[in-house]
Amino acid sequence: MELRIDRTLVERCRALAAAITAPVSDFIAAHSTVAVERSALRLLGVDGVGTNEVPVPNLIIDSLTPEHRAHGVALSFGRALAETGLDPLALGEAIAAGTLTLSQFAQTPDEAARGALRPFVEAALARVRAHRAEREQRLAELPQLPPPLLYVIVASGNIYEDRTAAVAAAEAGAQIIAVIRSTGQSLLDFVPYGPTTEGFGGTYATQENFRIMRSALDEVSERLGRYVMLTNYASGLCMPEIATMAAIERLDMLLNDSMYGILFRDINMKRTFVDQHFSRMLNAYSGIIINTGEDNYLTTADAVEQAPAVLASQFINEEFAHSAGMPDRQIGLGDAYEINPDLEDGFLYQVAQAQLARQIFPNAPLKYMPPTKHMTGDIFKGHLIDAMFNLTSVMTHQTIHLCGMLTEAIHTPFLADRALALENARYVMNTARHFGDEIVAKPNGVIERRAQAVLADCSALLERVADLGLMHAIEAAVFADVSRAPDGGRGFDGVFARADDYWNPFESALRQQGDAYVPAR
Amino acid sequence: MSRPVKPYGDTMNDGKVQLSFALPLDWSEAADEAARQLVAKMGFTDVQVVEGRPIARGFSTFVVYASTPQTIDVDAVKAPSVKTHAMSMEEIDAYVREHLGRKIRIAGACIGTDAHTVGIDAILNMKGFKGNYGLERYQMFETFNLGSQVAAEDFVRFAKEHAVDALLASQVVTQKGSDIKNFTALVELLEAEGLRDRVVLICGGPRVTNLMASELGYDAGFGRGTVPSEVAAFVATSLAGMNARGR
Repeated sequence: MELRIDRTLVERCRALAAAITAPVSDFIAAHSTVAVERSALRLLGVDGVGTNEVPVPNLIIDSLTPEHRAHGVALSFGRALAETGLDPLALGEAIAAGTLTLSQFAQTPDEAARGALRPFVEAALARVRAHRAEREQRLAELPQLPPPLLYVIVASGNIYEDRTAAVAAAEAGAQIIAVIRSTGQSLLDFVPYGPTTEGFGGTYATQENFRIMRSALDEVSERLGRYVMLTNYASGLCMPEIATMAAIERLDMLLNDSMYGILFRDINMKRTFVDQHFSRMLNAYSGIIINTGEDNYLTTADAVEQAPAVLASQFINEEFAHSAGMPDRQIGLGDAYEINPDLEDGFLYQVAQAQLARQIFPNAPLKYMPPTKHMTGDIFKGHLIDAMFNLTSVMTHQTIHLCGMLTEAIHTPFLADRALALENARYVMNTARHFGDEIVAKPNGVIERRAQAVLADCSALLERVADLGLMHAIEAAVFADVSRAPDGGRGFDGVFARADDYWNPFESALRQQGDAYVPAR
Repeated sequence: MSRPVKPYGDTMNDGKVQLSFALPLDWSEAADEAARQLVAKMGFTDVQVVEGRPIARGFSTFVVYASTPQTIDVDAVKAPSVKTHAMSMEEIDAYVREHLGRKIRIAGACIGTDAHTVGIDAILNMKGFKGNYGLERYQMFETFNLGSQVAAEDFVRFAKEHAVDALLASQVVTQKGSDIKNFTALVELLEAEGLRDRVVLICGGPRVTNLMASELGYDAGFGRGTVPSEVAAFVATSLAGMNARGR
């Protein structure tokens, strides 16, 4: 199936997205955040927690004066390394214990400080590259089943129960496991530490939890002869730190949206844009596929009305990702099957939207999200709606397919719910595998006209955003009917202007090496 | 008078029930039999395991049909509904003008760590739900939507500072009883602050029932499918009642 769409309008939308993101990129280049600085420390090898379970990277960054942090933490950390002879882990622990402070080290010239950091920067990047190479090797040895890649969530709150559920889901056909985070983690300005067994509506993202799940999935991958991917959330106030931990623990995907936290979690927009950029540079380098969050526009408002906003957000996410060095094959743009099931021809609109995205972003691993908003306690109808979603996904060649759960409206999935969802998806996708290639949309029919209308409305929306500027457009509630002020929301106090001599060794290295590193297709 | 009923399959009083569940067992004929005996132990008769199969290493799933010998006397069942005052937005606004003569101040929040505002938004946002306008659109309601992850302490402080007439607490996440804990904490705090009797206190969420709400000490609980006018009518009539009693 190929819909006739106006290619000049598509190019216009891309040009508008570039015009929209350019001023934001200028802002990003002139600022950093506490989370970006903490990420630099984590990459260097700083880890652990101090008193009251506060992570060491937080203790170090919180100890800096505003004047001090404007230069970036790296240089003074390098001075301290040079003058104490400690390694980053030990130095971090000493600062956390209060026996040393970064401000006491001022003797070392800048160049020597950079030199003291260099081996740790190179080791960190080598480690990330090694994980990337390992993923590529494992994927070659343990090939995945053809897309749509079946993705399910685990969310018990207890990482060990999650591990059981994840392994069972993999055996039942899941190719991607996402560990949903505990409700509220996105608003924490630190990353919890160690393995966790208590969470609400999900399980805390911690580096140790990542390690536990990665190891379990590697084991089941080898047993099944196909690589099972692991996903978590680089969103919220610790976006770049999660990206860092994911790079170190070989996660394969991360949810990472340029505007989700702003609109739906009231996280400050400047914080989000800066954090998002550093996260994506790192994701690009670590070969991690991002999943953007356009589904959220549809769950909070009418899905038919919001279709142009979804497409507009896809263009903006694509442009931000490109500007962070991400290739198309790592940009999992989002959409969702959320049209009211009572609407006549709703299925046709879903097909139109999904096919439109497929044609506009041909090389992106599109992420298709299942119905949630109109799911009820009627699990039988829910299972049927999920089947229609599965059909739409396979016929429009979506890449990443979050399996809908018949119990979506009731509880975080039971083990058997996941098995049923996977069976539903496998049945529909197998029986209709090449359906999309066999059919031709009626020229000027309902599907084609709908796709054309969404594209036209998207272009009008992007024109408006370009006129207003992205930050003011968000303030004017252009997206999701939600208004956020540029200096409002959570985490704004963690955004700061860079001094002229600001330096983050990873940013420079990622920018240089990121361009040079051409990933294998 | 009693009116006993039991589940209906295709014949009155056959008691037919369908069950499905997983067992942490590799599938075998013995696992099927274990499922059958388990359902028999639950008190069911005529148990038929119509489907049993492995879903993962160490796990199997079953579909079972069975009959229950139990009946229930529907005349003895009590589940008080709060959705008794069917009024339109215009009628509710007129009712408030007549009986209170001022705007009702109502605050809503997802309390505790819950980040799911879908319920509270459906009731409060202008747009409403199922074509039924939200309370923000009512002329005689002044609405404060505090959003998600509001601590009970902050909610109560807000209610105090803004002289709120009615509080709407929402919980979507129910894992490990977090909803009950959060609802309970809010009631206790309102009581400790001496505010409980001066406000209409309502809870809502897909798992909330009015019975559960009254057991927790709330004035009403609204579950799935609730539309804004049902909440508005309850608040308006309750406040009018409290006024008449001279709160």
